Amino acid sequence: MFLPIGDEYSLMSIRTLIVDDSSVMRKIVDRSLRQAGIEMSQVFEAGNGAEALGVLQANRVDLILCDINMPVMDGLEFIKQLATVENATGTPIVMITTEGSEAHVVQALACGARGYIRKPFTADQVKEHVIPILAGKL
Amino acid sequence: MTPVDQSPTPSHPHQDWIPLLELATREVFELMLGCQLVKPTTPMTEASVNITGMVGLAGALSGVLSIGCDDKAAALMASKMLGIELDKVGPEVADALGEVCNMAAGNFKNKIAGLSDGCMLSPPSVITGNDYNIHSVTETPYLEVGLLFENMPLLVCLQIHS
Repeated sequence: MFLPIGDEYSLMSIRTLIVDDSSVMRKIVDRSLRQAGIEMSQVFEAGNGAEALGVLQANRVDLILCDINMPVMDGLEFIKQLATVENATGTPIVMITTEGSEAHVVQALACGARGYIRKPFTADQVKEHVIPILAGKL
Repeated sequence: MTPVDQSPTPSHPHQDWIPLLELATREVFELMLGCQLVKPTTPMTEASVNITGMVGLAGALSGVLSIGCDDKAAALMASKMLGIELDKVGPEVADALGEVCNMAAGNFKNKIAGLSDGCMLSPPSVITGNDYNIHSVTETPYLEVGLLFENMPLLVCLQIHS
């Protein structure tokens, strides 16, 4: 995935799952990751937590970016359910959401999220949060 | 058509929220669309609004935040958010405006002490059409901010139920 070379990282291609009920937001997240210099060999998309679990039953990914407020199954419930999916064991999850409250951050991290990005965001913020996680620093 | 009040009445209970509402909206456009919103020099009207995104707020603040504009402005928002040519934009227009509204509402509540944790947002809804009014069941105070997005009017309104 990411090979540390001093303070820099050699970027290798990753498989990503983007979970958001807005297709526009999924595309923005995709573009932000690419702008952050993260090369993605495969990008899976899901409109809610239940769909995302379905994707993970059949596919292994290296990174999950997930909204919180979604219909059918929200992001927090999705993280809890993730423990039952063998393919997803140890996969880092970063929440990307408008819910920026302290309580939501604490709840998401307690459920197993490794990072938290508040909307609206820039590609640089995505980079700051995601690269250390992929590099195994968080 | 109702002129947008650029200077709120002094008696309004939450008039100090108007700059925060404006800032929250400006930040969404700067960060997610890469463009600056501009203050209009003349009063704006609702004449050109034919698409409105709405997000409900519940909890410590109960109300509705809406952003209205015309379909060309909404299509341009989608184009900028998706990074595609304007003529390639399709049904994503409503989704894009809904997300802009959702982010503006989230950003606004996160700027006010006690609302970040105490206020929840509904999923966004979008209304389109040429001749509609949005009515609240009870007469409620509202804050309104008029801005220009690439020279096209944008009406940001927060109806406050409680």
